Amino acid sequence: MTWLVALSAILHREALRFVGQRSRFVAALVRPLVWLFVFAAGFRAALGLSITPPYQTYITYEIYIIPGLCGMILLFNGMQSSLSLVYDREMGSMRLLLTAPLPRWWLLFSKLLAGTLVSILQCAAFLAVAAVWGIRLPLVGYLVVIPALLLSGLMLGALGLMLSSFIRQLENFAGVMNFVIFPMFFLSSALYPLWRMAEASPRLRDLCTLNPFTHAVELIRFALYGQANLMAALWVTVALAVFSAAALRGYDPARGVQNRKG
Amino acid sequence: MTGLSVSGLSYSYGAKVALRDVSFSVPKGQFCALLGPNGAGKSTLFNLLTGLFSTRRGQITVAGIDFARHPRQALARMGVVFQQPTLDLDLTVRRNLLYFAALHGIAGAEASRRADTALAQLGMAERSGELVRSLNGGHRRRMEIARALIHRPDCLLLDEPTVGLDAASRHAITDHVHALAEQGLSILWATHLTDEVRDTDHVILLHQGALIASGTAAGLRGPASLRDTFLRLTSGQTGEGAE
Repeated sequence: MTWLVALSAILHREALRFVGQRSRFVAALVRPLVWLFVFAAGFRAALGLSITPPYQTYITYEIYIIPGLCGMILLFNGMQSSLSLVYDREMGSMRLLLTAPLPRWWLLFSKLLAGTLVSILQCAAFLAVAAVWGIRLPLVGYLVVIPALLLSGLMLGALGLMLSSFIRQLENFAGVMNFVIFPMFFLSSALYPLWRMAEASPRLRDLCTLNPFTHAVELIRFALYGQANLMAALWVTVALAVFSAAALRGYDPARGVQNRKG
Repeated sequence: MTGLSVSGLSYSYGAKVALRDVSFSVPKGQFCALLGPNGAGKSTLFNLLTGLFSTRRGQITVAGIDFARHPRQALARMGVVFQQPTLDLDLTVRRNLLYFAALHGIAGAEASRRADTALAQLGMAERSGELVRSLNGGHRRRMEIARALIHRPDCLLLDEPTVGLDAASRHAITDHVHALAEQGLSILWATHLTDEVRDTDHVILLHQGALIASGTAAGLRGPASLRDTFLRLTSGQTGEGAE
């Protein structure tokens, strides 16, 4: 019961912060919309797409990048919430959380879940704007995508949590953002299918297939068409387990690197 | 009964020793001032006492509970006011208290009642609906103390709680925490400001990671002022020293 009370309080706090920080919501929404309306329009002519699952016919580039842009929202939010953890820790409120009389893994999971639910709301808003613009997906996809977004969001949030546990200062974090977000996003199937990448460089394609973000995007892509991509789900789950374990280790007072004197 | 007990506690940052075999205890109802210049190891000690750091060298017990073996039960009996502010500035005073209460498993009407009581005790009841951002430094600190008491702990740890406050706020907060000790709480008050310590308070003096003196303030200082005693015992130490 105590655990659920704490979880509910952490979710409530995140919801209040979300409502209170409308500019953050708008910024998170504008980013993928710019990609959708500007970048995709430019690339539509340059990039030919063949019919590959889950698509059963030729699709426009805008439709192709919708799952990748949902992934982008999750990726940026995962990193942003971990940025707030670094900030929180510098400011002290993370101390408050970590000194609560509950298992640390539960407190961190609650924080992770709260951030992911906010990301899902942002993805919903993004998909709604896209639908108004005429980019519509099968109705069942809008439901099936929710667990895919949850799993992917938790995985990317756990990655951010892991990074935040090893990073002491905001300045360092800014550098890591560049070395994590951009490589993860561009070395994935978010913007171009992997067979296209293979034509350019098989090695780059291999890197893309190792990137857990690629699998998150593919999980979302299939889910948006009401289909399960089990291999992608497995990859994302394994990545979630690895990142979570590393984050827990990082936040363990006996073993973590937090103990380094700042 | 001992509210807080520390025995043979040591801690190092790599090769640098931050705490060396520190032992002391704070009985129920005692105001214990942990005096030490900057860099003496006070913050490291607080991080160990609150479980943010851990060490195998030494033992901490809170209200008779071994921290290493039962950290959650020990944390549940402890209230903490950190040196750095730990408030959510964009939430109201009341919402901050309810959030903290929930982290301790207290929710609903009981949480509301305790929040109201805590705010009334600190003279903050009328500010319950204000955003924390709008409060001045003294009120924010008072609120953090109110919050630290909401789960009715046996001991209260405060890490330099008056840093950055004006003289009136410092005085009010010091008086209030002394009153809490008189009500039966064990208080550990870390500071480098000797004017916050009363003659009847117990003092432990930390210097370069080691406990170098312990006793009542009156007994330690003798005919000299506590400030002069503090400076004499920690001479050669760089930092702000006593005020």
